[in-house]
Amino acid sequence: MILATQFLNVALAITFLALAVGQIMSMVRLVLGPTSGDRVLALDTMVINALGLVIVLGIYKGVQIYFEVALLIAMLGFVSTVAMARFILRGDIIE
Amino acid sequence: MTAQIIGTYIVSLCLVIGSGFVLVGAIGLLKFNDPMTRLHAPTKVGTVGIGMLLVASIIHSFDIGKPSTHEVLILVFLFVTAPISANFIGKVNIHRRACDTPPDPPRDDTWSTLSVPEAEREG
Repeated sequence: MILATQFLNVALAITFLALAVGQIMSMVRLVLGPTSGDRVLALDTMVINALGLVIVLGIYKGVQIYFEVALLIAMLGFVSTVAMARFILRGDIIE
Repeated sequence: MTAQIIGTYIVSLCLVIGSGFVLVGAIGLLKFNDPMTRLHAPTKVGTVGIGMLLVASIIHSFDIGKPSTHEVLILVFLFVTAPISANFIGKVNIHRRACDTPPDPPRDDTWSTLSVPEAEREG
């Protein structure tokens, strides 16, 4: 059991690292992004990476409450992506 | 080898697979050199990457003796909404002329996403 727990801790560290690196890479694309579509896409990816970070934090702490945080982030991320894309397309969100 | 130990190993495996897909998506987003090509890379993060993390979370909740499967809600929500947001971003790319416009359709005048309604057509 001790070996398995150590294995899980290493896997959690790898996952935290991968999500953080992904977050930084998306941020670079957000700054570089030649078109506005790229910027919206980078923000969408950053929201999804933040969702993954919250889920992995929930596994790390062994607490259930992070599920609700993750669900809220998922819904807000989708709505904000659609709103931004819609704003670029039409210059207006709700017509 | 009890079920708990096997479950812990499966959780670790799911986490590593998920983080691999997250990294692949992020590298794709950074390295590709065309807006439409860049659009397809982060979908791996949204489906397989986060999906694996959520599966790991479900198995871990059974592992520590507090079973719950409500992470499936997030999974279903992400799977339903990912194509919609991707469709919107693709439309943004087409309308901003960030990619090649598709060739003309065989029968109609133009693609429906590019056609402007009669009321908004000016001069």
